[in-house]
Amino acid sequence: MEEPVVSVLSDAPVASGDQPEPPFFRDLNLDQVCAGVTAGREQYDLAPFFRAPLRDVAAVQYRHEVLRDLESKDASEAVAGFAERMRGVRASLAQARKLRYRYQKESWFLAAARDYCAAVTAFADALGQAQLASRGLTAVRDYLTGYAASAGFASLADDAVEVARVLDGLTYCVNIRGPRVTVTRYEGEADFSADVVATFAKFARGAVKDYRATFRSWPEMDHVQEWIADGVARLFPAEFAALDAFCARHAQFDDETVIAFDREIQFYLGYLDFIAPMKAAGLAFCYPLISAGDKETDVSGAFDVALAAKLAPGFAPVVANDFDLSGQERIFVVTGPNHGGKTTFARMIGQLHYLASLGLPVPARSARMFLPDQIFTHFEREEDLATLRGKLADELARIRDALAAATGSSLLVMNESFASTTLRDAAFIGERILGQMTELGLLGVYVTFIDELASATAGCVSMVGAVNPDDPAERTYKIVRRPADGLAYAAAIARKYRLAYPQLKERLAS
Amino acid sequence: MKVHLMHADRDFDADAALPANEPDLAADLELGRLIDALAGGDKFLFGIARQALHSGLTDPAEVTYRQRVLADCVAQPGAVRDLYDLAVEAVDADRHVFGFLFRDSPETILGRARQVMALYLMSLHRLADLGGKHAADFGSDGFGRFFTMLASELTSDYFDEMESRLAEVELKRGTLMSARLGTGAKGTGHVLRRQPPGRGWWDRLPGRNRDAYSFTVPDRDEAGARALSELTSRAVNDTANALAQSADHIKGFFQLLRAELAFYLGCLNLRDRLLAHGLPVCYPDPSPLQDDRFDARGLYDASLALTLDGPVTGNDVSADGRQLIMVTGANQGGKSTFLRSVGQAQLMLQAGMFAPARELSGSVCSGIFTHYKREEDAAMERGKLDEELERMSAITDSIRPGGLLLCNESFVSTNEREGSQLAREIIKAMTEAGIRIVFVTHLYDLAESIHVRGDDRVLFLRAQREADGSRTYRLPEGAPLPTSYGEDLYREAFGVRPETTIPSA
Repeated sequence: MEEPVVSVLSDAPVASGDQPEPPFFRDLNLDQVCAGVTAGREQYDLAPFFRAPLRDVAAVQYRHEVLRDLESKDASEAVAGFAERMRGVRASLAQARKLRYRYQKESWFLAAARDYCAAVTAFADALGQAQLASRGLTAVRDYLTGYAASAGFASLADDAVEVARVLDGLTYCVNIRGPRVTVTRYEGEADFSADVVATFAKFARGAVKDYRATFRSWPEMDHVQEWIADGVARLFPAEFAALDAFCARHAQFDDETVIAFDREIQFYLGYLDFIAPMKAAGLAFCYPLISAGDKETDVSGAFDVALAAKLAPGFAPVVANDFDLSGQERIFVVTGPNHGGKTTFARMIGQLHYLASLGLPVPARSARMFLPDQIFTHFEREEDLATLRGKLADELARIRDALAAATGSSLLVMNESFASTTLRDAAFIGERILGQMTELGLLGVYVTFIDELASATAGCVSMVGAVNPDDPAERTYKIVRRPADGLAYAAAIARKYRLAYPQLKERLAS
Repeated sequence: MKVHLMHADRDFDADAALPANEPDLAADLELGRLIDALAGGDKFLFGIARQALHSGLTDPAEVTYRQRVLADCVAQPGAVRDLYDLAVEAVDADRHVFGFLFRDSPETILGRARQVMALYLMSLHRLADLGGKHAADFGSDGFGRFFTMLASELTSDYFDEMESRLAEVELKRGTLMSARLGTGAKGTGHVLRRQPPGRGWWDRLPGRNRDAYSFTVPDRDEAGARALSELTSRAVNDTANALAQSADHIKGFFQLLRAELAFYLGCLNLRDRLLAHGLPVCYPDPSPLQDDRFDARGLYDASLALTLDGPVTGNDVSADGRQLIMVTGANQGGKSTFLRSVGQAQLMLQAGMFAPARELSGSVCSGIFTHYKREEDAAMERGKLDEELERMSAITDSIRPGGLLLCNESFVSTNEREGSQLAREIIKAMTEAGIRIVFVTHLYDLAESIHVRGDDRVLFLRAQREADGSRTYRLPEGAPLPTSYGEDLYREAFGVRPETTIPSA
């Protein structure tokens, strides 16, 4: 019978193979989010987890449980402390492997074993005291409790502490006289600098210059240090024999499940660290209410997490938007002034759905969402050097492939598609594409400059970039649900320069 | 080993921050001349004099402490100069030893510190000798304590101890260090140890053979030699630091001795200059802040005296218990000179110096501030009144109860009524906060409105004019008069008779 899976990511084996980055990552700036989450955690190889979205609601809930447990200070501090210690263990083991002088290798290995035992013991204790509700962390706690109480672990821990205690207690003397070096035991010889300080103490006054040199330090010994260490080993034979014996007895000390947990929990910690500065800046994240069958959507206070990650540390304001779908509504058609936040809005919807499918909190105040089976994007490729005709053909080929692969449960985000052709062509193509999307019944976002498309099908919801009527030059980045009205911005900017009709009448009349 | 000639209980801080308004004080009270005279052309004395002038001692006992040390210096100038010369020589001694370089090795630092120390030991010997010779001639608490300290601290036993310590630092028997096993079994926590005394009979006793393991780094092993050198550096590091810092401490002692004596030598310089012009100086009688005393006989402007290189007119002022002195009267009648003399006397009193007066008794204050009319607004970016108010606002940020505010023609950059009103409000608020003010003004509206209140805590002084229009530069008590004497000046400048009105063009 197979052993039960002890994992905080899933109650079933997790796909962690080497998958390529999904094609929509760049369009949705999820590549930036992934980089932000994994930054500083390269040793854990987290990208595979980030590229493996969940397909069913129960799996998402399993992760929400773990995340809710991590919200408690007890659990999160326990986990963070464990991770910190395990990083030290890995670094020490790597050092032991790299060095060649016997006592150095053994000393680093001993340090690693000692730190490992301390990490496991402290973590088992801390988890035992934490209030846990998640299946994931509870399984880990139960496993650790058994492991920490096992005879094998106890002998490892006791041996490590004892050998380290003995070696740490050694003090020896070295006398250097010309090229002659003599190593002896330390027998209470007086501290020279203390005596110098005492002699001149009566002149002591406030802080003076520090003349101490600082020495560069590296792990390796030079040959003179090795000869001295050999001498110390001869002066203290029993102590060094104990070190040799420890390394022989505990050559392979770490536990596979413990190591796996250490890696997997970083998926959560990475994301929580990533969003922490945004939360500190007052931005809300929430656990979305997820459905795999119902496309009713109601999200408020949502924002582009990649953009916010750049803005939040400087406390630059981040604009949040609301969006919702009900009944037959399936597709947001976004129109409005340039640089009004349309693309950001489209990206944000894609990000929210993807992050939800990873079982993570989403950047929104509250969210009720559909769990898509796949995500497709169709963004204008600026760097495409082909002719206009070639470019349009390429765009059409891409959308054809996407629609062929998509199902009624997919999400398709289209940004300024078909802008490279005439208005009439673009309207024509757009109507057809929207028709197909509606027919499939998938969720969609369609950013366009063509107002007419906002009401192309019954499934379309018109969203418009808002304008501040008092200062049309100011960008609000607000995207609101209302009929497309491309002239609003023009009218506003005209008033600003007193060129609106009533103003012109008045000025011309005088 | 403390010098403590400036304060009974602490070192003189030659690097203390000057008051934020020091530039204003220097300009308004003409302190430059005064400090030049104190320095007598010596750059070091200049710096100390400037610093000490702003000591701002607020405890009368501290003032008296310095006055007595100063009196000793006046009585024994030769011995004081000998001490000063010794301090200067000691401070400069390390110039004879090759200087520290950036990133010297601990061994180099140790060697240099040993050489410098040997020179300081010679200076300390001479200091002990000077102390023995002159101690009986000094009567002040400050010098008494100083000489007693030299006698008890610099004993021959102590000189022996220092000398043997310096000899041991040569490490002729090798560099002995202790260490522990650190990360990765590398040696750590290297501590230089004193060689155990005499490896003689003790080591030859049976069973006393120490377990030892020895090796010799071969001649041509350059990496090995470098490794030994680094190990030695690590071991010697703390001791080199301790000895170099001890040398710095001793140098610091001599630096302080030089700085504190420099103040008194400066006072001797100024005293000589003033006495040469037949001008009196006195040790002022200091009172606590709350006594509100200021009573002077023959108070004069020392800077003016030094500039004119001759005698100047002194004033008698009896302002005990007065919160406000309003000074009105003739232009160029000595009002500004008087204001300067008050400021200088107050500074000198609180520095423990003598004062430019025949007699002076006065309370200490919590800080001196000046608010003078500025001739030109350098920036020209804002109006003069804005600038004046801004400065007054800055003063308000810093001044505290018990402060002394000297105003010279403040708020004349607007019309008389507005300026008077501004000044009245400020004077009222400040005096109620316990700040003493000397206010020189020709704003009649202001002076008169205060005069009619009949407050006996206000003293009115008026610059005098004789019947023939000539000035005495004396400031007797006197109520404000409705006019100043600009017309006189006009006449003087243009040679027009007083009765003649200026013909219109």
